[in-house]
Amino acid sequence: MIKVQGLTKDYGARRAVSDLTFEARQGEVVGFLGPNGAGKTTTMRILTGYMPPTEGSAQVAGFDVVEESLEVRKRVGYLPETVPLYTDMTAVEYLTFMADLRRLPEAEDRALETLELVGMDSRAGSYIGSLSKGMRQRIGLAQALIHHPEVLILDEPTIGLDPAQVVEVRNLIREIGKQRTVLLSTHILTEAQQICDRVLIINKGRIVAEDTPQNLQSRLVGSERASVRVRGDSDGLSKVIQKVKGVRSTQAHGDGTVEFQFSPGQDVRPEVAQAIVGAGYELLELQAVGMSLEEIFLELTREDGQSRRKER
Amino acid sequence: MSNVWTIARREYSRFFTSPIAYVVGFVMLLTLGIMFAITILYFRQNALGAGYGPPPAPDMSGITGTFAFLSVLMLPALTMRLVSEENRMGTMELLLTAPVRDWELIVGKWLGGLLYMLTLLGATLIYAFILHVLETPGIDQQQLLTSYLGLILVVASLLSLGVGVSAMFNNQIAAFFVTLGVFIFFWWLVGFPASYVGSAGDFFSFLDMKTHFYDSMNQGVINLSDLSYFGSMIALGLFAGTTAVEVRRWG
Repeated sequence: MIKVQGLTKDYGARRAVSDLTFEARQGEVVGFLGPNGAGKTTTMRILTGYMPPTEGSAQVAGFDVVEESLEVRKRVGYLPETVPLYTDMTAVEYLTFMADLRRLPEAEDRALETLELVGMDSRAGSYIGSLSKGMRQRIGLAQALIHHPEVLILDEPTIGLDPAQVVEVRNLIREIGKQRTVLLSTHILTEAQQICDRVLIINKGRIVAEDTPQNLQSRLVGSERASVRVRGDSDGLSKVIQKVKGVRSTQAHGDGTVEFQFSPGQDVRPEVAQAIVGAGYELLELQAVGMSLEEIFLELTREDGQSRRKER
Repeated sequence: MSNVWTIARREYSRFFTSPIAYVVGFVMLLTLGIMFAITILYFRQNALGAGYGPPPAPDMSGITGTFAFLSVLMLPALTMRLVSEENRMGTMELLLTAPVRDWELIVGKWLGGLLYMLTLLGATLIYAFILHVLETPGIDQQQLLTSYLGLILVVASLLSLGVGVSAMFNNQIAAFFVTLGVFIFFWWLVGFPASYVGSAGDFFSFLDMKTHFYDSMNQGVINLSDLSYFGSMIALGLFAGTTAVEVRRWG
């Protein structure tokens, strides 16, 4: 469980995190989404007891991150963004060392088990310096998992992995997230969409939106959109569509495609199709255009903040 | 305590994969070997020049004295990366988010270095043994023990200061030069004003590390003031290192 209340962190005059409040329950995977420098890493560093906040409080696994830092650190698995590893150690030596620091019994067995979990057991005896980036990433993940932590905090966990490994790691995170609390940061939106139960969009140290990926999508879309394509000449097509009751606006793209918007819950697509065919056009395609999380993200983190006002 | 031990053990084993540690060990043991050969020749000559009374009792103070002197020059190379490398590589983040207290980390690093130096020191005991066997009255074992105790304290103090400095830097080279500067200050420079400033000179000569070793422990004398001096130095370095880590957290 993670509970954050009014968290603020200043680096000198610069405010990296500003009055952040959120919660992550057990059995939940929460995604931290935001552009570079939004304050994701800083927040994670505070939650893992690496640095104290300037203001506000945070509880992780039931302990205060400042007052009971050691208790928090015992219960948190953390994969930092930089994936710090000792390149002069072998994978199993490194994990045994980390297990020893966490005072786990039978540290070496635990190290080997965890290597197997992340699919690195075949390279247990290799020096970390000789491993590829993706392999190192997995060793870093193993280090975060070795003590079966209650709370897992992962800073961009799938960066540097090949597509097959990305799928594997995402599945692993989802599996772990069933019983524990996972907070992960990412700027890969499809990743957030796939593995997170809830997404926090953070920009300039503030949460600008918080919801499930699906809700975010539907909440933000003020109107629904669809596009049609006809064979041949599409001149005058816009006018035909415009005449259909319920259509708000149209936009011709010139290649025989016209996009139109209508109010949500008032699906006018059948009427539009009839009108087009009735006007003598040959209808090739009629397609709903959803707003992707990418677009939502861009909208929310845009400078002018127009859509942010709509959201808040 | 077991965290300290985990870190110390790892640092210790790391020295054996580090070329710098081998260079330091090699230079120190080579120089001491030469010193030892000279010591043997010296006593030999004195014994041959008999007729001027009994030959002086052979002792190890030349070897232990040289060891201390070499430590001042060589230890910065050992301590420079102890903490600074963790800072540079980002592995500090890992250690500071593991359930390890800041002081445990620093003490562990220091202890690892001390274990390595004790290994080198242990290797020099072979000279003492040879000397003891070669010379008929044998060597003064009490003095030997006191010299080695003093030497351990000197090395422990230097290492502690070195770890403290290393914790303040991200860059090994910077840590090296600052450590060397600190060592030179406490070993040579601080003693200089003593003869110029009259009664205040006591203060400066108390800070002078070499007198606490050469003039007392290396001669077989144990003083409470020497012990407390080395104790304070060790505490100072470890405290500085721990503070540097804490400051880094607030960064």
